Amino acid sequence: MDALQPVSGIAGFIASVAKVVLVFAGVMLTVAYMTLAERRVSAWIQDRIGPNRVGPFGLLQPIADGLKNLLKEETLPAKSSKLFFLMGPMIALMPALVTFAVIPFAAPLPTHWGVVDMVVADVPIGILYILAITSLGVYGLVLGGWASNNKYALLGGMRASAQMVSYEVALGLSVVAVLILAGNVTLTQVVWQQQQLHFWFAFPLSLAFILFLASAYAETNRLPFDMPEAESELVAGYHTEYSGMKYAMFPMAEYANMVTSSALMATLFLGGWDLPGSWDNMFWYHGQLISGFAANGSVILAHPALWKTLLTFVAFAIKTAFFLVVYIWVRWTLPRFRYDQVMALGWKVLLPTGLGYVMLIAGATLVLDQLGLPWGFTYGLILTVLSGLATAGFLVFLDRGHTIFGAAAARDQKTIVRHRAGVPAQAGD
Amino acid sequence: MVDILFYIFAAVAIGSALGVVMSRNPVGSLLFMVATLASLAGIFVLLEAHFLAAVQVIVYAGAIMVLFLFVIMLLNLGHDYQKDLKWGAFSVLSFIVVGTLAGFLARALGAGSTGDVMSSAGGRSIDAAVSEFGAVGAIARPLFTTYVVPFEITGILLLVAIVGALVLAKRNV
Repeated sequence: MDALQPVSGIAGFIASVAKVVLVFAGVMLTVAYMTLAERRVSAWIQDRIGPNRVGPFGLLQPIADGLKNLLKEETLPAKSSKLFFLMGPMIALMPALVTFAVIPFAAPLPTHWGVVDMVVADVPIGILYILAITSLGVYGLVLGGWASNNKYALLGGMRASAQMVSYEVALGLSVVAVLILAGNVTLTQVVWQQQQLHFWFAFPLSLAFILFLASAYAETNRLPFDMPEAESELVAGYHTEYSGMKYAMFPMAEYANMVTSSALMATLFLGGWDLPGSWDNMFWYHGQLISGFAANGSVILAHPALWKTLLTFVAFAIKTAFFLVVYIWVRWTLPRFRYDQVMALGWKVLLPTGLGYVMLIAGATLVLDQLGLPWGFTYGLILTVLSGLATAGFLVFLDRGHTIFGAAAARDQKTIVRHRAGVPAQAGD
Repeated sequence: MVDILFYIFAAVAIGSALGVVMSRNPVGSLLFMVATLASLAGIFVLLEAHFLAAVQVIVYAGAIMVLFLFVIMLLNLGHDYQKDLKWGAFSVLSFIVVGTLAGFLARALGAGSTGDVMSSAGGRSIDAAVSEFGAVGAIARPLFTTYVVPFEITGILLLVAIVGALVLAKRNV
């Protein structure tokens, strides 16, 4: 049998077009059904039934919503700049849809014409591409808010820009910890290194995982960070003046961002399409598709198969869906922060923690590499213990004696109250 | 293909650069600026400088220009700034400056037009570094070995600028 080659030429072009169409359709379909999932899950959380009239289990509800938004009257606010008002939703939606392109979603698929990588574009800058494109999405929110000629919309746009710039810093720092371990910025390499470590990065980098999760919620403007559209303060924030399809593009952008960031979290911290065991490990190494290295350093060739691609795709979909459900779950569980609390959390807690953690991981990696420890299970275990300690410290600090040491905190409180009232302390306090 | 893309990006870059100075609306100027930066990033990608393109968009288009937009909206510049724009002396001066710059550019292009940049020795060594260390590693290696002292001094300079800005802001509160 010939050595496996990546697909090229006209077949490669057809494969690329097919992947673009499939990924775009997949993301759009997920976005449509996220709106239904959000309403059904929120209904269950609040002990209601939710929309179940249109089609079986309400499955045709997104189509009905889309039709309704298309047919609704489009309103334009008076004395607003029409061009910027129209550009707002477009600029918000476009970056949200193109970021998924660099995320690998299954093991490479063997075909008659060569091996097809299951990623639309494995660009050399990988995660930096996602950071770059998502940072452009904020213009849509800000422009829409400003062009609405409405003070609440303007305040929403302001909050969006301030919040997204602030949390990009913490997000970037938590990604740096991942990149130190992965050794490169391409997401295929991030998946490959997790397979070689026998640990998904959520364990050896648990604190980075928590920081990334919190920052991703702020970047997608989801509760508890949905300050730009806080309806109790700003009517509806930056999209107050929008109606019909132009309004619908803002939630579509939000859900598309959620899908991408969930897929990104699955890739960076839960191994992407990786399943436990080394049977599915595959990586292009100097032109060969390998599944690992033998003890003497020679490569072990991989055996891609259709069933492996399908199974790993299911794994990737389940991991992404998990994060999407958590997004919805958090939204209907936690109340909204105050604006100054959002800023204080980003700049005074997440940023210093992220900086310190990057130093810790960089130092630990340097020490382990100097000791000559091979990249593998022991390496991952040491980092897991170290990160576990750091995470525990961070959680205790955030908690400040409210929940973890709740009983002790309550006793202190009682003592203080008695002391103030002039009652002497009793035994058992 | 690369040539066609280059001319598209170049046309967008020059067109929106003109838009920056000619737009009557400050927000319009800012958006033209973002378009210029984005098309420059596209040209960097065509030159295989992927990392530079990503940094260009992350730092300039994604962070600095957002802060500019923030300030413009906060100050809510209307059209009352237009009477401050004085023509006459300024226009003569600006024509002199632009003419001088264009002259330098024409001279540099005329002197350097021998040979294709990407097929020269510099282009090949970049290719070798990228294939060995990856797109980021190829930049990081010289930055943290040969040029580590200038790099760190630049970092200190930026820190000084941040502290200075904070001190100036605090004084007026």
